[in-house]
Amino acid sequence: MTITVRIPAPLRPCTDGADELALEGRTVREVLDRLIASSHGLGERVLAGDGALRPFVNVYVGRQDVRGLQGLDTPVQDGDVLSIVPAVAGGRPERRRA
Amino acid sequence: MCYAACMLQLSAQARERLIAAARAAYPEESCGVLVGRPGRDVVSVEQTVPTRNASADRRRDRYVLDPDDFVRADGAARAAGLDIIGIWHSHPDHPAEPSETDRRAGWEGWSYLIAAVESGEVTALRSWRLVGAGFVEEEVT
Repeated sequence: MTITVRIPAPLRPCTDGADELALEGRTVREVLDRLIASSHGLGERVLAGDGALRPFVNVYVGRQDVRGLQGLDTPVQDGDVLSIVPAVAGGRPERRRA
Repeated sequence: MCYAACMLQLSAQARERLIAAARAAYPEESCGVLVGRPGRDVVSVEQTVPTRNASADRRRDRYVLDPDDFVRADGAARAAGLDIIGIWHSHPDHPAEPSETDRRAGWEGWSYLIAAVESGEVTALRSWRLVGAGFVEEEVT
């Protein structure tokens, strides 16, 4: 099964600049394992030491966050699009009380 | 791809859309993605796409870009031959400078455009790029 994997700009140094890759796999984990094996340093940016997704990284299959499905064991089908989505947050400093 | 500081070119339409969203959200923070074309020294922003601020209870001083909206915007950008090249957000009643919160949550490889909103009006637009441990300002044209 061929899955299209979308790579966001901040992670493209790990994929030699590729913004999209076609990879095989039956689950999100299998696809990510192949992606990590073919990249440089992507594994440590996406997965924690215990093999779970890092808190600041989301993975979507189509429009669905895999954390709301079966996590990394979520099955994927031929033609699915898997997106790696960096968590984006921030904000101004807290107001100081007068 | 531009990983060091570079110049951010902002189309008039993109600027107007960002300003409208930042004003409408005031006094809360607003956020969104910068869609355009990456370049070696200059990044060109064609669209500033607003997204939901998913911060549950601190929208006056925090933004959490809704990842569902990111995926939707990413798909639309790619379909148009464009790319998400950065993030924008507003600082209500605070300068357009990245905070420690911004630095801790920042990603190298994107531009971070910040709008200062004072009393409901956008008073400054400045762009920053995380390089190593700190932000470096890039010129906005």
